[in-house]
Amino acid sequence: MSLLSVENLVVRHGLLQAVRGVSFTVQRGETLALVGANGAGKTTLLRAIAGAHQPAAGRVLLDGADLTSVPSHRRVGMGIALVPEGRKLFVQMTVEENLLLGKTAGRPGDWSVDKVLEMFPNLKPRRHAKTGHLSGGEQQATAIGRALMSNPDVLLLDEVSLGLSPLIVDRVYAALQGLIVSGTTIILVEQDLNRALSVSNRVICMLEGRVALEGPSKAVSRDDVTKAYFGLHRKSPGSVPA
Amino acid sequence: MSNQIIQGILLGGYYALIACGLSFMFSVMRIINLAHGSLAVFAAFALWWLASRFHISPFLGLLIVLPLMAAIGWALQRFLLERSARGGALLPILTTFGLAIVIDNMLFEQFGADTRSLAPYIGSLSYDSWEWPGSIYVGKLAVIMFATAVILLGGLQLFLTRTRLGRSIRATSEDPDTAGLVGVDARRANAIAAAIAMVTVGLAGAFLGMRATFDPYAGAPQLLFAFEAAVIGGAGSLWGTLIGGIVLALAQTLGAQVHPQGFLIGGHAVFLVVLFVRLSTSGLGLRGLLRLPSRSAP
Repeated sequence: MSLLSVENLVVRHGLLQAVRGVSFTVQRGETLALVGANGAGKTTLLRAIAGAHQPAAGRVLLDGADLTSVPSHRRVGMGIALVPEGRKLFVQMTVEENLLLGKTAGRPGDWSVDKVLEMFPNLKPRRHAKTGHLSGGEQQATAIGRALMSNPDVLLLDEVSLGLSPLIVDRVYAALQGLIVSGTTIILVEQDLNRALSVSNRVICMLEGRVALEGPSKAVSRDDVTKAYFGLHRKSPGSVPA
Repeated sequence: MSNQIIQGILLGGYYALIACGLSFMFSVMRIINLAHGSLAVFAAFALWWLASRFHISPFLGLLIVLPLMAAIGWALQRFLLERSARGGALLPILTTFGLAIVIDNMLFEQFGADTRSLAPYIGSLSYDSWEWPGSIYVGKLAVIMFATAVILLGGLQLFLTRTRLGRSIRATSEDPDTAGLVGVDARRANAIAAAIAMVTVGLAGAFLGMRATFDPYAGAPQLLFAFEAAVIGGAGSLWGTLIGGIVLALAQTLGAQVHPQGFLIGGHAVFLVVLFVRLSTSGLGLRGLLRLPSRSAP
């Protein structure tokens, strides 16, 4: 049975329908990449899976259990952790305090502050610094560490490379590679297509709130994804809104 | 002169005590609770009722009244403030303003216009004093109040920084949406914070009743002093609240020294000076005025 499944999910921001009937499943240990243009609904989809947005229709299932009406703080306890877009650290609090907050849900597991600092050695000297004073890379490392502290079964990563220098992005992905190898199930949103394809097993390309393309990362070509990304695969050009 | 300063500092402990709940509620829940003074007077009346009716000492009475206040805080947050906060920043202020009127008038209906005090129920404590070197006499009650304020504010500070629940409450105050995403139940954290704030209000009410008199409409002046102390100290900072209380009390004491009617004027003057200095140094706007910590990450 698949670990996480999303069935016909519809999420609205007021009148705007950001996610329009998306369905997919993720197997345990799989890494799924979500790509798509800005406004395609990737962030909203991840936030709905994490429980920060209540969907208008559809279901989210974890291990077969319906999560749709479960609030976000309880989903963390069930094993879903989101690294939000823009990192969303508690800037008045220190690195250590941010990491410890990740433990709030109290899921058993072997992640600890020391283990996170081992994974991101650049955080070691910053342990007691307020996160508002950190560099972008240090903040991103803290945000990922905070999510890991809840010992998640499914880790949702929203644009972890946004605003970071290429060197720092390499470092973040090297750390993620360790997680992928260890069997953590990951759904990640990534703008860099090459990176998204190389790190994932499967890729979903979203367009205007719908799944435009889904396939194994090895099998789909850059061209296919680019076409789906811009909506060029669609037969009638008249359906492309201005 | 040193006598006035010592008395002023001790009085500052009382002001810090009544400002503590207001400051805590503002910093954690972003709610300016205008029913603060009325709730303190309510606690004082509850203690008075226990003492006059059942001969329970006000100190023992706290064992009953403080849990009651905690329950009131929880219920207030769940059924009133949480709902009104969804309607924007102004609505909770209006809600608590209305709540103050309701509490005042219910107390009036129940207890009448008589002025009460808890002083008769605490033996000689209300007028006893210690002699300090330099023949300075300090009231025992004033010293107890000051110590309570320091312990309470220090305890809250430790609670917020060192405990898991304290961290959850701070995270919720900074960003409730993200707090939920890391596993914090934001509604629960806010309700607990409100309960804690009301416990401090209960303590403030107890000391209000012991050191002076109160009547059903005594809440507003208490709110004013609490508000002034909280703003002088920089709303939201717990140690700042203690400093704010002391500054307010010193200004009042020194004002009274200058002119017999200068007590209140001295306090208000310092409050206004601090307000204007802060306005001019941090730019106009409520955010700078109350020295709010910034919410968003860079």
